[in-house]
Amino acid sequence: MPVSYFLVLSALLFSIGIYGVLARQNAVLILLSIELMLNAVNINLVAFSSMLADAGLDGQVFALFVIAVAAAEVGIGLAIVILMFRNRQTVDVDEMSLMKW
Amino acid sequence: MTDFLLLAAEEAGHEVHKGTFTEYMWIVPLLPFLSAIVIGFFGKKMKNRGHAVGIAAVAIGFALSLVGFAELAAGNAHVEKAWTWFEFPGGFELEFGMNYDFLAGVMFVVVTFISMLVQIYSTGYMHDDERYTWFYAVLSLFTGSMLFLVIANNLTQMLVGWEGVGVCSYFLIGHYWEEKENSSAAMKAFITTRVGDIGFMFGIFALFVLAGTFNVGEINHLAEEGEIGGTALTVAALLLFCGAVGKSAQFPLHVWLPDAMAGPTPVSALIHAATMVVAGVYLVARMFPLFEHAGAALDVVAIIASITMLMAAVLALVQDDIKRVLAYSTISQLAYMMAALGVGAYTAGVFHLFTHAMFKALLFLGSGSLIHAVHSNNMSDMGGLRKYMPHTFRTFIIGSLALAGIFPLAGFFSKDEIIGGALRAASEGHRATAWIVLVSAVVTAFLTALYMTRACVKTFWGEYRGHGHPHESAGSMVTPLWILAIASVTVGFLGVPVIGPVHDWLHLPGHELHGFDPFYNLILPAGSVLLALSAIFIGWQVFHKGRLKVDVLGGPFAWAYRFVANKYYLDELYIRGIVRPIQYSWAKVAYWINQKVIDGIVNGAGTATLGGARVAYTIDQDVVDFAVNGAAGITGASGGLLKYIQTGNVQRYAAVLFAAVAVFVAAIALT
Repeated sequence: MPVSYFLVLSALLFSIGIYGVLARQNAVLILLSIELMLNAVNINLVAFSSMLADAGLDGQVFALFVIAVAAAEVGIGLAIVILMFRNRQTVDVDEMSLMKW
Repeated sequence: MTDFLLLAAEEAGHEVHKGTFTEYMWIVPLLPFLSAIVIGFFGKKMKNRGHAVGIAAVAIGFALSLVGFAELAAGNAHVEKAWTWFEFPGGFELEFGMNYDFLAGVMFVVVTFISMLVQIYSTGYMHDDERYTWFYAVLSLFTGSMLFLVIANNLTQMLVGWEGVGVCSYFLIGHYWEEKENSSAAMKAFITTRVGDIGFMFGIFALFVLAGTFNVGEINHLAEEGEIGGTALTVAALLLFCGAVGKSAQFPLHVWLPDAMAGPTPVSALIHAATMVVAGVYLVARMFPLFEHAGAALDVVAIIASITMLMAAVLALVQDDIKRVLAYSTISQLAYMMAALGVGAYTAGVFHLFTHAMFKALLFLGSGSLIHAVHSNNMSDMGGLRKYMPHTFRTFIIGSLALAGIFPLAGFFSKDEIIGGALRAASEGHRATAWIVLVSAVVTAFLTALYMTRACVKTFWGEYRGHGHPHESAGSMVTPLWILAIASVTVGFLGVPVIGPVHDWLHLPGHELHGFDPFYNLILPAGSVLLALSAIFIGWQVFHKGRLKVDVLGGPFAWAYRFVANKYYLDELYIRGIVRPIQYSWAKVAYWINQKVIDGIVNGAGTATLGGARVAYTIDQDVVDFAVNGAAGITGASGGLLKYIQTGNVQRYAAVLFAAVAVFVAAIALT
């Protein structure tokens, strides 16, 4: 199976993630979209790892690291979202425009 | 140097022991210095306002001086020690040393003894004084400076002590500085002695050029050996004598001493008996071998001393202020000591210094007691005080008789030695000036007895003419009087002709000791006592009984009285002849220099500084500030533009971020 299939899938998934991050107003959905982008990267890593046999398992191990870091990042992100909701009774990111001049 | 002197002493056949205590006599001057520091810094916080420290320091010093003197008398060689103080390139160094011999030993005993009694006395006399602590601090410093001068083994160190004494006397004479007159008197004393000190300093320089050393022993040795001599040495010796003339108030620089009476009476006692005016006599005695070999120098000493003793004794006859009588008496007696040195009677001169310290301190402290009781210095406000103040009366009479030279009081022995010495020198023809000294000494002896009779009569006999009720002074004042009275009676016996130990102690090598001689040891003393008694008798008749009334204000002798009462117009001569011309002409020159030269320099410097400041201001304003403000302005303006990008919308930021990434990726892909 040629590697380009995996790359096309990964690119599609990444584009969907970018769209989600840029277009959604709900903070939880933005976090989900970021997960999509991270998984697109993981697919890339695993695909290239299996294609380049002499690179060993480096790419797959790296993918595992990304998953672990993504889990931590989502934990923090959701905690921020919950605090945001408690304080402002909303998770709409357009409302969160206090950090400007 | 020590070894050198010890060797010399051994060669001369003396057995040499090094003393146990004499080695450490430098502690004696150190003690008053330390106590001055302690009193100065902590005295005000002490319960007794500081006097205990000062008295303790001199009392220990006195005890040490006695022990040291006992060791000297037991036959120990004198101690000389020196350390290098400063070293200059070229192998020239300044010494810092001690020289403890009989002369220094006698001075130590006198200075510490008188200082101790004066300080005890002052606890009573100065009790209500505002600056009591300061007074004690300076008294200690005064004593310390004098001891430092005495123990010095070289002339530079002596000069340091000499000036220290001068400064302390300035402080103490001006102690009641609230009155202009007193601070003027202090300045007069300081400046007049300074005139002599200039001579002293140049004398030291001249001796250094001649002898190549400041060391007293070496200079004297070189003079004795004839290594240095000639006119140059005579000039150097006379320059040194200038210092002694200023300090010991000899003619023509005596004018400061009577005005120095402005200070508190205990200070007068200290100045007159121990710590200041005898410094000049001490200097001549210390450098005596030099003076002896310096040609006519000793003759000048003798003539100046003869003039001084007569002049001062006559002045003492017309004073009303009791302290001034004593002040002129001191001048006259100092001249006696100088005259003794001038005719070569070294032993007699130094012995007279010793005895005079006792009875002059006694007389001054006695006059202080009188002044304390009467609240006036003038004898016209006293009279009849023998009934009110028995202790002061008795001790004062003892002091007066000792000063007049009545057997067997202290003054008799020393004065007699001086007259005898002058007669010997005159009859043996050693010195042509000895006849002058002899005549003035005899006349002065007569005048001394006369003016002391006058002072005693005016003070203690007749009716009381002052205000209030005088009463005897407190125990702290009377006790020192009695101690000094006992000393005035007894110390003379140390100098009993021929057998008195003083002749061994203060004997210069190379001078013969005189054996018993009926004329010098019996007839001459008897004659001098008769002379003094006749003066007292005449004084009693004239001043008490009122016989021989001479109208001094009118009458044929009025001009003479006016001449003497105005102190021979010497003060006027100095003021009109020296002070005023210098004051006015030099004041103008100084004013011109000040206005044109110094002010010009100062103003020029000011203008230059101002111009420089203007340039610096321009640079600061237009260049430095421009750069700083410009940088801030650019930063502010760019920040003002860029702030619009910061919308606070995270998704907008993310869009920019992704767009930028896309642009970079495209750029990489296309190249």
